[in-house]
Amino acid sequence: MNPSVLDGYDPQGFYCEMLRSAASRAVRERLSGLSITALKQRAASANAELYNLGITFTVYSDAKTIDRILPFDVIPRILSAEEWQHLETGITQRITAINLLLDDIYHRQRILRDGIVPQELILGNRNYRPSMRGIDLPHKTYVNICGTDIVRDEHGTFLVLEDNARTPSGVSYVVENRHMMLRAFPDLLDEIGLRPIENYGARLISALHEVAPAGIGDPRVVLLSPGTYNSAYFEHVFLAREMGVPLVEGRDLLVDDDRVFMRTTGGLSRVDVIYRRIDDDYLDPEAFLPDSMLGVPGLMRAYRAGNLALANAVGTGVADDKAVYAYMPRIIRYYLAQEPILQIVETHICREPASLRYTLDHLAELVVKPVGEAGGYGITVGPKASRQELEECRAKLLADPANYISQPCIKLSVAPTLVDGHVEPRHVDLRPFAVTGSSTWILPGGLTRVALRRGSLVVNSSQGGGSKDTWVVA
Amino acid sequence: MPDVLLARYADCIFWLARYVERAENLARILDVNETFSRDNRGGQNWRSIVQLNFDEERFFASHDAASAHSVVNFYVIDGDNPTSIVSAIRYARENARTLRPLISTEMWVQLNVFYNRLAALSAADLAPGNLAALFSIIKEACQTHTGITEGTFFRDQGWYFYQIGRYLERADQTTRLLDIKYHLLLPSIADVGSPVDVSQWNALLRSAAGYHAYRRIHSASTTPARVAGFMLLNTAFPRSVHHCVREVGRLLGDVKSHHGLRRGNDAAEELDRLQVLLGTLDISVILGSGLHEFLDSIQRQLIAITRELSIAFFGYTPESSQAQSASSQ
Repeated sequence: MNPSVLDGYDPQGFYCEMLRSAASRAVRERLSGLSITALKQRAASANAELYNLGITFTVYSDAKTIDRILPFDVIPRILSAEEWQHLETGITQRITAINLLLDDIYHRQRILRDGIVPQELILGNRNYRPSMRGIDLPHKTYVNICGTDIVRDEHGTFLVLEDNARTPSGVSYVVENRHMMLRAFPDLLDEIGLRPIENYGARLISALHEVAPAGIGDPRVVLLSPGTYNSAYFEHVFLAREMGVPLVEGRDLLVDDDRVFMRTTGGLSRVDVIYRRIDDDYLDPEAFLPDSMLGVPGLMRAYRAGNLALANAVGTGVADDKAVYAYMPRIIRYYLAQEPILQIVETHICREPASLRYTLDHLAELVVKPVGEAGGYGITVGPKASRQELEECRAKLLADPANYISQPCIKLSVAPTLVDGHVEPRHVDLRPFAVTGSSTWILPGGLTRVALRRGSLVVNSSQGGGSKDTWVVA
Repeated sequence: MPDVLLARYADCIFWLARYVERAENLARILDVNETFSRDNRGGQNWRSIVQLNFDEERFFASHDAASAHSVVNFYVIDGDNPTSIVSAIRYARENARTLRPLISTEMWVQLNVFYNRLAALSAADLAPGNLAALFSIIKEACQTHTGITEGTFFRDQGWYFYQIGRYLERADQTTRLLDIKYHLLLPSIADVGSPVDVSQWNALLRSAAGYHAYRRIHSASTTPARVAGFMLLNTAFPRSVHHCVREVGRLLGDVKSHHGLRRGNDAAEELDRLQVLLGTLDISVILGSGLHEFLDSIQRQLIAITRELSIAFFGYTPESSQAQSASSQ
């Protein structure tokens, strides 16, 4: 007796993306006709193919290069047309507000003067770039590429977890995962109307043309990468190929008379738009970190002179800050006079006395995060903390309340996932990719990351995360 | 939009081609030595291969004697030896990784799989009985690369620099092969014309895949002068120095005129001079004034051409190109 894929699958009380979705019925029926053994075989050959194709992120140690693949789970994550429309309008609303916020804080600063967002939260933020003050950007678009992290709670409500408005990565996996599914599971996809995702590169280059400096007929676009040693190099290759543009490193570019050029076989050649996959700090040693070897001296001069478009713009990091996140509903209401379509995780801003009191009263139930830190540092998870840890957290909160926010623990939704030959529930999130030139377009679906360890909520690739193909069923 | 190629990419594609060509030539030399070049006492001369690559100092620092086993190890699987096959393919793959936006996916996948296969070889895979099969796998993998490239690589500037690299490397390899064999074989005047001597010269031709072509032209006899003349000057033999130099000259002229590149005139003039020389000299004249000296001067000219290409197209300064040619030899 050979069990089929979903036999005995139990989501253990979590919201299940597969079982709770009406849009997944056809897929569920097909999966129940497929044996676990067959699923395992196809999954193994798909992952081997990723390795041979070099769809990897690279880890360098000593003289050796280690190529790792982002483990690919072959059971897709399904979104209905209605769910997708909700996400699409919600993300578009959010990005519109973020771009208005950035234009405002680098110009008149109305939102600060009106007291909606505390002034020091913005102007004192280490990602606020005073050198951006007064620069007018085409279409006032600062965030051209955004990867919004979204989770779903136990009721199935979508919540925004984070706005990645600097240099979000992962879109190459979205497209490669789909290619892999088309090859490994043509039968699963038969006659299911999926929203296509092939045109990301074309959409991206159109948006980049839209933000090119004025008066340039056929702008030259390049993708600036830190180089082959960067762990996301495959994605840089992917995007350069999809757009048909040169993939350059800092050493290929130079600035002369506030204009950017690249070194070619025929001499110097003008560059008008740079999709940069390098953080602000490393972009221009004249303007930011002086010892950066990755950047191009003088880039900011060319940018300020209006001879260059950068995507994303410099200084967007202030908008995806954890504390600014908490103000996002108010920012949306302020600029758009609309209610936020997508909720954020309920966030208590401890600089506000009522929120501080609530946080101190419910410390054992809440997650407390410092606003300035990234990568999960300094977080206290109430339900898992010892009494002593809670007391230490209380002391820190009282000493410097403005440095903290608190949030409830979210019971993330799960999706059936092949783990060690069994199908088990695993927590997932979703990162849709939005492209904005003169308007916003969102790649249908996005990257579904899955925490492969039992019980783990961490979906990051560096911590045992994998990914799934995300289907928006038409 | 004008057609542009990053200088750094031109450099990478040039060297990608050179490293694969180098690996193929080395596999040919090792293969032929393994199979055909036994002397009349049944011994094989492996030291000549070490001399061919100017590797004696590094080789003897880690090996006592140039045995079949130690030389094959050193040149096939020793990743610490920069002139080994596995190193050449590693360099080719690193260049290919950089060039992934430019080259076809098939080119990358084949080099990636080829390198992973070479890197997994151990000393046990180099047992005498396995060698012939292993060398043909390596040769075929290099030729597969060439074929995939021919069939899938977009014919823009990169294609020209790829081919220029391949032919320059091939010309260089042929001069080295001829130099060391001629150098080693000629002093034993007593052996000239003897069966051993003939088998050595035949081995030389086989290593360059020129044995049958040579037979079609010189069916009656194998003489050192004729073999040297064939490998240096024949215009139809794809591995002859003359043929390779002519191809490089043609490709450089084409890429300059088709893609509007104004630089590179020094290299073009150098190639013209070399081509005229190879087209007018007779082998007897070359031998009369010293083959070794002649080959040496060709190698120096090939290095000078690489340097001029590096400055004209690959973004090097005169100083950095000096360092580059020193490290890549």
